[in-house]
Amino acid sequence: MANFETPPLTEFMEVPPVIPGTMEHSSPYIAKPEIQAPLAYPGQLVENWEQKAVFKLGELVKSNRALQVFLDTCVKCGACTDKCHYYLGTSDPKNMPVARQDLLRSVYRRYYTLAGKLFPKLVGARDMTKSVLDEWYSYFHQCSQCRRCSVYCPYGIDTAEVSMAAREIMDSVGQGQKYCNEIIGKVFKIGNNLGLPEPALVNTLEGLEEDVKEATGVDVKFPVDVKGADVLLITPSADFFAEPHIDGLIGYAKVFHQAGISWTLSSYASEAANFSMFIGSRHNLKKQAMRIREAALELGVKRIVVGECGHAWRVAYSFWNTLVGPFDFLDRNYPVPQHICEFTYDLIQKDALRFDKEANDDKVVTFHDSCNVARASRMGNMPGGQFVIPRAVIKASVNKFVDMAPDTIGEATFCCGGGGGLLTDDLLELRVKGSLPRMQALKQVVDEHGVTHVAAICAICKAQFSKILPYYKFPMDMIQSVHGLVSNAIRLDRKEI
Amino acid sequence: MTTVTVIYTALFYAAMLLFVLGVGRKIFIYARTPQPLKIPITPAPTTKAGVWVRMAREVVLFESLFKASKWTWLFGWIFHLSLLLAFFRHLRYALSPESFLWPLVNLELVQTAGKYGGYAMLLGLLGLLARRIFVDRVRYISSPSDFLMLILLMAIAGSGLMMTFISHTDIVALKAFTLGLFYFDPQPLPASLFLLVHLGLVALLLIIFPFSKLLHAPGLFFSPTRNQVDNPREQRWTRGWTAENTDTPKPG
Repeated sequence: MANFETPPLTEFMEVPPVIPGTMEHSSPYIAKPEIQAPLAYPGQLVENWEQKAVFKLGELVKSNRALQVFLDTCVKCGACTDKCHYYLGTSDPKNMPVARQDLLRSVYRRYYTLAGKLFPKLVGARDMTKSVLDEWYSYFHQCSQCRRCSVYCPYGIDTAEVSMAAREIMDSVGQGQKYCNEIIGKVFKIGNNLGLPEPALVNTLEGLEEDVKEATGVDVKFPVDVKGADVLLITPSADFFAEPHIDGLIGYAKVFHQAGISWTLSSYASEAANFSMFIGSRHNLKKQAMRIREAALELGVKRIVVGECGHAWRVAYSFWNTLVGPFDFLDRNYPVPQHICEFTYDLIQKDALRFDKEANDDKVVTFHDSCNVARASRMGNMPGGQFVIPRAVIKASVNKFVDMAPDTIGEATFCCGGGGGLLTDDLLELRVKGSLPRMQALKQVVDEHGVTHVAAICAICKAQFSKILPYYKFPMDMIQSVHGLVSNAIRLDRKEI
Repeated sequence: MTTVTVIYTALFYAAMLLFVLGVGRKIFIYARTPQPLKIPITPAPTTKAGVWVRMAREVVLFESLFKASKWTWLFGWIFHLSLLLAFFRHLRYALSPESFLWPLVNLELVQTAGKYGGYAMLLGLLGLLARRIFVDRVRYISSPSDFLMLILLMAIAGSGLMMTFISHTDIVALKAFTLGLFYFDPQPLPASLFLLVHLGLVALLLIIFPFSKLLHAPGLFFSPTRNQVDNPREQRWTRGWTAENTDTPKPG
């Protein structure tokens, strides 16, 4: 078992006092040369890395307005200091968003501002040294890029952008993170994060068809590489094998079945996740996204629907059109891409789906808004649809639904603690402590409303919850896929045509 | 022409020049730097008009800060509002009575609000300073420059209040000096201690503006998380590197 203590759940979430250094030992495994190579990064720390890192920083600032503005405008007002779940869970002041940004801002000031060049001490500017790099490596891997701080910043400064830039700089001088970079390599080589090759994928899906047939007596299909299908489903590969993800996949299949809409997965683009966003890597971000365009063209589909995955939905919703669009070869009567929750919600609105909600009567359900869906994307055609639509889908499937406290959901939602490329066992202490605010909010609805299950629409959230719920004395299977709930309740009485 | 007048005349031209060129340069850089991806913090407006409203709420009401911390919002908002009131009051030293704005500036309300705004300004700044000293998180993130900036602003407000309430200065001569600056026709500056301190510090503030966190003023308008329209699916966005190498596989 781990050598740290799980923070106790108290009556109210309190802002902890500053205790410097509590998490300075936390640092993920560094990527080996063979992991760096497929991403076109140097295998180890290059010669003159200090100058190269500073140069790279300058390049990024010059080509990214957000970074330029964010590094200049912070006034150190402190609005963000109590907003990060990692600070709330660890007390380490370098986990306060402004302090995290300052790790990079101090170097920017030293080399790219007059004040920092002339009076470094006065304005907190620092030389690029090994200890600064080590600090970057540690603390920029204690940010899940959830953007909660940015909601509260009077200038909208987004620490996610800063941490992506810092990771890109570190990668470019040869210090990459093993977990993310290994996964991105697998996508390039095999097509998904898990390294699940096509035969294994086909096998898994056939197994699912049998399972569903056995449970329901209905022939629900899980098609792969079917040319001419209407819908290409792009979903996180965790949906193919992990619990509770797989229940979600079964739910999507049942919805497609019941709606009578032909669909297919792609063995070439069998991954919605795009970890290149986490490491701020432009060319890899685009390269990963391009696989989806290629698959859609190859299969000749009319629509693309994205499964339950938080950051993947951000990349799909916010970046696909920019990176690999335009999608003028798809049916523009539907949004491109469309979230599976939007898809199901539309069918519910059209009365095309019927539910036996009683199937979920053993549950009192709450919903965890995933950060990238909440603060970096949208569903439907009105702002905030990303909060309304998943809840509507849940409420169509269950009788008993309760929301957590308002300051912990919606745009104020707390990260599960494992997002942003931190879902790795070498960061377990950080993940457990960082989930404290979410666990606190969960405990409250468990105590007050008898909540038994928490539903989510993010593969990372689901995996993170499964892992950390037991640390807080909650049952591991408390976490559910939203479409797992749909799967339990949906009526499969479609007349075969 | 006294030495003091020569020095302050030169100082103000230099300070104004640095301020205008420095801030202009930064605004130029912000405007020129591309924002390659869509990154508004959502829920975000889906129309341009909506973005204007969102931005106006941020600029006028400090909406995000209000969500974050009521005390910081209160002190910060009081400070900025009184800065605005003081600015209006000071226009009477820079406008000739023939100006079309004069009737407005000369309103009793504007003058009185500006006068007592000085106290509000000090109050706001003291509150912000207290947070910086007594809240451990804010103390941790503060550099010496953050304290100095508050002290500078308090000294400006304090010296201004001294002239309003304790030791009046010759405002007719002051106005002649200011207008002289505008018309490139230097006029003698009344040499009162508080006035010299006040003006010297204001010049200092103008000089450090483009090199400091005071850039938050123009910066806010360029912040992509706040000024972008949330419509990436409806309208393809490409800027900078996302506008280069657009050769993607085509149908057929």
